[in-house]
Amino acid sequence: MLSTFWQVWVTAIVVGSIIGCGILIMYTSKGMRKEETDETTGHAYDGIEEIDNPLPRWWVFMFWATIVFGLGYLGMYGLGNFKGLVTVTVDGEEVAWSSANQWKAEVQAFDKDIAPLYAKYSATPVEELAKNDEALQTGQRLFKSNCAVCHGSNAKGALGFPNLTDNDWLYGGNPQQLTMTIANGRQGAMPAWEAILGDQGIDDMTAYVRSLSGLKHDEAGAATAAPLFMRNCAICHGADGKGNIMMGAPNLTDDIWLYGGSTKQIEMTLRHGRMGKMPAHKEILGANADAKIHLLVTYVYSLTNK
Amino acid sequence: MIKHETIEKNLPLMVVLIVVALSWGGLVEIVPLFFHEDTNKPVEGLKPLSALELEGRDIYIREGCHVCHTQMVRPFRAETERYGPYSVAGEHVYEHPFLWGSKRTGPDLARVGGRYSDEWHRAHMYNPRDVVPESIMPSYPWLFEYKVDGRDTPKKMEALRMVGVPYTDEDIENAKAAVDGKPEIEALVAYLQQLGTVITKR
Repeated sequence: MLSTFWQVWVTAIVVGSIIGCGILIMYTSKGMRKEETDETTGHAYDGIEEIDNPLPRWWVFMFWATIVFGLGYLGMYGLGNFKGLVTVTVDGEEVAWSSANQWKAEVQAFDKDIAPLYAKYSATPVEELAKNDEALQTGQRLFKSNCAVCHGSNAKGALGFPNLTDNDWLYGGNPQQLTMTIANGRQGAMPAWEAILGDQGIDDMTAYVRSLSGLKHDEAGAATAAPLFMRNCAICHGADGKGNIMMGAPNLTDDIWLYGGSTKQIEMTLRHGRMGKMPAHKEILGANADAKIHLLVTYVYSLTNK
Repeated sequence: MIKHETIEKNLPLMVVLIVVALSWGGLVEIVPLFFHEDTNKPVEGLKPLSALELEGRDIYIREGCHVCHTQMVRPFRAETERYGPYSVAGEHVYEHPFLWGSKRTGPDLARVGGRYSDEWHRAHMYNPRDVVPESIMPSYPWLFEYKVDGRDTPKKMEALRMVGVPYTDEDIENAKAAVDGKPEIEALVAYLQQLGTVITKR
């Protein structure tokens, strides 16, 4: 809101300018010839002379039209203290236009339209909603806007970003677990083992981890690392290496690798740790976040539960 | 009354009158904003960029990120749905100059902070195709090699303080140590991760 001084300032300059333009047009029209002659303005360039004819009528008319347009615009959108005649509906009330009010009106009108649909979806359990094509299409669009940047538009993920279509879940794939993951986010916490295991230990452990998935590995190293795995890694990944969804510790026996399964990649993971992070989306999703999360869970659920 | 010819044949006078004519609208559209609370007062919780974020911002400018990315969520439903709450002037009072941009080849970044993990930003800067196969964004692998040189950081902060950014003496004193020798990618990600995080809801 402008202070009184600036309101007066703005109003005075705007009104003054419009009146000034009007006077200028009238004044110059008066001095204009009424009809075409051969008289020149006295300007001559390389023998080319400028003839002093009156402006075309339509041209002068355009000047006046801009003034009429300006006045109409001020009437609609206001000047100084006067708020203008254009209104928008916010909270059921007609209020004067402003860009913020226009946005509010637009959002509220949409929310009113979408509310019954969202309510219907939210009341349907995920397992059942996953059979509803329309809900899945909405879910897919939400996925593409919000999730595809990391998980890929086909939901197959990328190195470091989980594939959501392979039925291998770090934090569980049932609707409750998915809801938790999307709403509140997840923070991976694989510590760095370089200092504890040492270079040889890292090499041996790499061999052992590869052996869990039946990949080519150094037998002797794997045997050396087996007790070390029990002591250091089993607490999260389990004695059998099958992981633990309570901690988001991946299953190491299924040959599915979030950070790659090559010897070099596993070595990197062991040496420096991994801090994968799924951001919490409760706030990011903005208005109707709960209903949107429900639809996203349904979509993600549907990828592995046809 | 001044004759047309008088102005036409007197260059300095014409220059002055042209400047007056061109600036006239600004008297109404620009001048009052210098004194307007909405444009001068920082929004609640706004803090000046840390030394590392400030260096990240300069990398953002150097690499021309603002040429393809805006930092301005406009007040339309489609935009607030996609990006988050619309931008307000009070969020930008410590920015000199603004990086609002004018063209979106890539998405708006005004609310990108916290949206993706640091790891994602690093993977994405190294080669955008690694995480977004459809992306046309260039790769910036050198950010992982080059180190931030903190020599000018305190001077930059002093300059900003002169135009009203409330850095303390302590901020400026510690600035060099806070950034020196860090990989540029770290500074850039720090800058990106704070973008638009002061306002989370509307």
